[in-house]
Amino acid sequence: MSLKLKALCKSPWIFHVNTGACNNCDIELVDALTPRFDVERFGIVLVGSIRHADALVVTGGVTRQAAPRLKRLYEQAPKPRLVIACGTCACSKGIFHDGYHMAGPVDQIVPVDIYIPGCPPKPEAIIDGVVKLLKKVA
Amino acid sequence: MKEREELVTKIEEKLAGKVVSSRRDIPNRMYVYIEGENLPEAVRLLFDELSGRYVILTGVDTPAGVEVLYHFSFDGVGLVVTLRVLLDKDKPEIDSITPIVRGAEWIEREIHELLGVEFVGHPNMRRLILAEDWPEGVYPLRRSYGKNTT
Amino acid sequence: MKRTIIPIGPYHPLQEEAGFFQLQVEGEKVLDIDVDLGYNHRGIEKICEARTFDQIPFVVERICGICSTSHPLAYVQAVEEIARVQVPERALYIRTIIAELERLHSHLLWLGLAGHFIGYNTVFMWAWRYREPVLDIMEEMTGNRQNYAMMKIGGVRRDILEQDLPKIRKMAEDLRPVLDMFVGAVMDDPVIHARTKGVGVLTPEDARRYGAVGPTARASGLAIDVRKDDPYAAYDRLDWKVITWESGDVFAKAAVRLLEIAESIKIVLQCLDQMKPGEIDAKVKEIPPGEGIGRVEAPRGETFHYVRSDGSNRPVRHKVRAPSYVNVPTFKATCIGQTVSDATIILAAVDPCYSCTERMAVVDAGAGKRPVEQYDLVALSQREGQKMLGSLAGKVAQTTLEKKLAEGYRRIEWKAC
Repeated sequence: MSLKLKALCKSPWIFHVNTGACNNCDIELVDALTPRFDVERFGIVLVGSIRHADALVVTGGVTRQAAPRLKRLYEQAPKPRLVIACGTCACSKGIFHDGYHMAGPVDQIVPVDIYIPGCPPKPEAIIDGVVKLLKKVA
Repeated sequence: MKEREELVTKIEEKLAGKVVSSRRDIPNRMYVYIEGENLPEAVRLLFDELSGRYVILTGVDTPAGVEVLYHFSFDGVGLVVTLRVLLDKDKPEIDSITPIVRGAEWIEREIHELLGVEFVGHPNMRRLILAEDWPEGVYPLRRSYGKNTT
Repeated sequence: MKRTIIPIGPYHPLQEEAGFFQLQVEGEKVLDIDVDLGYNHRGIEKICEARTFDQIPFVVERICGICSTSHPLAYVQAVEEIARVQVPERALYIRTIIAELERLHSHLLWLGLAGHFIGYNTVFMWAWRYREPVLDIMEEMTGNRQNYAMMKIGGVRRDILEQDLPKIRKMAEDLRPVLDMFVGAVMDDPVIHARTKGVGVLTPEDARRYGAVGPTARASGLAIDVRKDDPYAAYDRLDWKVITWESGDVFAKAAVRLLEIAESIKIVLQCLDQMKPGEIDAKVKEIPPGEGIGRVEAPRGETFHYVRSDGSNRPVRHKVRAPSYVNVPTFKATCIGQTVSDATIILAAVDPCYSCTERMAVVDAGAGKRPVEQYDLVALSQREGQKMLGSLAGKVAQTTLEKKLAEGYRRIEWKAC
């Protein structure tokens, strides 16, 4: 198990889950891929299938409709799996805390390994969060 | 603006006999209160005959009943005409305008979900934005729903 | 022989908001399409009823990340209509500058996504890279790359400092050669023509029936634009054109957005020229009872807010209508009868406030094939592009676009970002 984790830290494959976000966190996350920030040089790769994921990056304050799907995705991700709550909504529902359709925040649905606050967090903050998580885990 | 005034006069002529009251405090905003039974015809007049652009519907729960507002835009002159109907508080019901305005399908579904308004003759009345497990008969935008609770 | 489509898994790396698209196909043809929303419903209208008038701009800013300015602007305009507020002139110009800069980076974002769907990842990378200077300027002016918190009832919350004006001007002027390069490369590319011309056509009559707005409607020849029809901010003091195109296909929608970027640059530069020092806030204290409507031309089309007040410090009702609400349903008119590999780009052409194309899935129920996931649908679209490259004298066509971008890139003096 720890050998797998070590390999994960070298090159974490990230799967992005949007549970009802306004897009800003998602755009800043994808921005991290673009030439200015270029996370691929850290070995971080965004993958298209949950079965290849090492870490789930969750944005959004988890609406009632999205909650069961988030849970199911978490269960489908192969162990060891990490969860990154990206953005204020994912950390605490943020400005939507009293919405009638909100089931979140993320740690009410699945266990979270690191919280990256910000509305939206800058790409630098996201990279910083992911790197901190990898250091903590390794 | 001359063209706008001409259009306003034309609208008043076309809707004559159906209007309960009307207001135009600012030149480019017109609010017309009509009875529910006259609504489909009024929509047809604005949308088909006068080529107004369908914007959206707004549902409002008030102490007097459930209001539904129908917003139409006359782009050439920058005028927004809002038709207003007041529906019964306990059994709010009105004819669907989706057969006339295809684009109204979604908003009528939404107002039904959030306020409980019955749109008679809607071709596709089913859940739009609330979760699958949201209880039937609970209308979050109603005043009786109270403050937000998750 | 009809096959039913079951949607699976609405998550994809490039997705933005979540929504489920369900396609019914027969062979390669799309028979019907529907969407399942609800993943993004946060109950904002109810939340607004529990907030005071001056708190609401912060809530509505977060309805959608890229239309972040249009919602608070439409809202404050609705309230200013109720209170009959005269907004100071400098505030009107600042509002215009922020709104147009947002249009710039929103259209560039769309350009990148569209390129990605067709299979041109270079276009994606570069369009998003050229967004960065716009976001940097926003950060210098407002403190944030997105969610600017600039709008307030009666004016704007922050002034633009004198020392920032030349930076904004330089950024806008530097974008001109970049835009020329994109327009030249994209509008002439044979693969893009093949993938987008005649694809997903929205007729003017259908556009009207659905109440379509923005580039989606203007690409079908309807010359509607709130900035001209019901002018707000400083638009009626400036010289600019409404861009329309006649063919109504995906190419038309792309062309309209590209040309709008040019108009936005023009508008921003004029604002910088015309703006004079002065007040930025009308200092509104109370909102009387009444109702008001605020409309703004967001990058995706008309954003419409209706506010009703009873004289207290909270609204009785706040209705929010984003442009995508009327644009997305046009998929019924544009996708049916088209091929599955085109569905991605047709849906993306509407520039929905969520990358719904990522939300698609197709399953051939009876054939025993493994389910096609949304990731594969995008790949299907990209493979279609590659196939066309192959049939259009192979490698030559592929490198033309990339060569043009590379040449253009070298010509532009690009400071390290």
